[in-house]
Amino acid sequence: MGKATREAYGEALRELGALNKDIIVLDADLSKSTKTNLFAKAFPERFFNVGIAEQNLMGTAAGLAAAGKIPFVSSFAMFAAGRAFEQVRNSICYPRLNVKIAATHAGLTVGEDGASHQAIEDISLMRSIPNMTVIVPADAAETRQAIAFAAEYRGPVYIRLGRMAVPELFGDDYEFQHGKAVELADGKDVTLIASGVMVSAAREAAEELLAAGISARVLNIHTIKPIDVEAVCKAARDTGAIVTCEEHNIIGGLGSAVAEVLVEHQPVPMERVGVQDTFGESGTPAALLKKYHLTAADIVEAAKRVVRRKK
Amino acid sequence: MADKLTQDQLTQMAKHARAIRRNIIAAVTEAKSGHPGGSLSAADILTVLYFAEMKVDVRNPADPARDRFVLSKGHAAPVLYATLAEKGFFPAEELLTLRKIDSRIQGHPSMKDVPGVDMSTGSLGQGLAAANGMALAGRLDGRDYRVYALLGDGELEEGMVWEAAMFAPHYKLDNLTAFVDFNGLQIDGPIAEVMSPLPIPEKWQSFGWNVLEIDGHDMNAIYAAIQTAKTVKDRPTMIVAHTVKGKGVCEMENAAEWHGKAPSREECQLFLSELDD
Repeated sequence: MGKATREAYGEALRELGALNKDIIVLDADLSKSTKTNLFAKAFPERFFNVGIAEQNLMGTAAGLAAAGKIPFVSSFAMFAAGRAFEQVRNSICYPRLNVKIAATHAGLTVGEDGASHQAIEDISLMRSIPNMTVIVPADAAETRQAIAFAAEYRGPVYIRLGRMAVPELFGDDYEFQHGKAVELADGKDVTLIASGVMVSAAREAAEELLAAGISARVLNIHTIKPIDVEAVCKAARDTGAIVTCEEHNIIGGLGSAVAEVLVEHQPVPMERVGVQDTFGESGTPAALLKKYHLTAADIVEAAKRVVRRKK
Repeated sequence: MADKLTQDQLTQMAKHARAIRRNIIAAVTEAKSGHPGGSLSAADILTVLYFAEMKVDVRNPADPARDRFVLSKGHAAPVLYATLAEKGFFPAEELLTLRKIDSRIQGHPSMKDVPGVDMSTGSLGQGLAAANGMALAGRLDGRDYRVYALLGDGELEEGMVWEAAMFAPHYKLDNLTAFVDFNGLQIDGPIAEVMSPLPIPEKWQSFGWNVLEIDGHDMNAIYAAIQTAKTVKDRPTMIVAHTVKGKGVCEMENAAEWHGKAPSREECQLFLSELDD
């Protein structure tokens, strides 16, 4: 097991803080969990705790950005995208201010806290706001690169991070390219398009499928918006079937984004592995992924179904 | 610096305020919608800020060293636009394109569209947090600019206002001065009846603000309060300005129905004649 993407975020922030004095970090009383405490310790004069007040977190960041700073703000995804949705929309995205929202503890794998804390709608919410870029890193190396990209990019960025440790997929030589899908395995019968914690499950599924005689391409789509239209269309042309895999409601997230591309450009049979429009519950991350059908085995089943639907 | 305006300045201020009020009425009439009542009540405060106090440069609206203004009660956009036009940020004729298609003069202030607008606002309760961020950035950069914000009294019913109210004294933002445009009326009626945010001065005081209470139509009082605020260290100042909704137009004064209604062309002529020089 590697480390959690939130850990990599905290480390990346600390590194970038030394290079760029305009980076300001704000947190809403969760700095030990979001790992912004690493930055706070290194640069206390550029760290501000706003207290338990997520709307103010976003509004203050907007003001800092309007005055030329590069604020990184963090909270749990539920509160960053949910509680403060309108502040993100009206104070940050409408004037296209340079605010980076790194939201941790996203998805079912926040675990035992249960449905109230399991953000499975955040990608949908953030993706639908004009001017917003949405990034879902799959491992620590990708997170570090995505954070570095966000610091350079001019405009609002939402970065979705997880609580639990995830396997390492990429080495230190990995190069994050904004809006570009990463091919992890080539295949000809079906393409598994995954993001976040589901990328390693998709890789595992591809190996199982190979044993069953199905050759699967695996694409990691870390940038949900803008999505890599070219890679999705090419996958549809080359393999004729798509399975999307995400730790999010199947409505509005990666699956929807891919479906939008397919129906407009390259219609092929498709299946969506994700949370089936239901709330979660308390449990360990592994138990939740199993119960809500977000495992490699579920991806294998979906791939077999979609291959049968090919003409 | 003197904390009183000279007689000459007072005459000038009165002239600017009348022109701003005329342009508010003309723009809202032409748009056939908009918010005249709360625009007129804030006209004297914006006049003093932009014509007697704030360091702004119409040739360099984005100057990093400039003073900033955030209109938290963004529906009062007509008073901000009319003031910016009077100051010379853009031609006054453009005010007549308020709320019309293809115009940059949007129904609520848009910072990306209009030179001189420092923050996009309109959804109530969000302005003070942005002003806090600007004040914080100024201090981090070692700049001596000041940040001003104007809030509505009805707006104080939004919870986020009090999140921001906590933040500014906590981080000792003494480069921030805010106003409450205390006209006592919101869309559905008197604030005391709809959902009372009263008492207002005591609330800000208890949150750690330096609080001043003035007549929001007395130019000298507005100016003096701004000067006093500049001398206060380690905490922000809230100027609770008692105002009259619709101030300057008899029929609109203290009438909640003029919160968000445009005058007809006939009414417009009548109101404009009332505001003649």
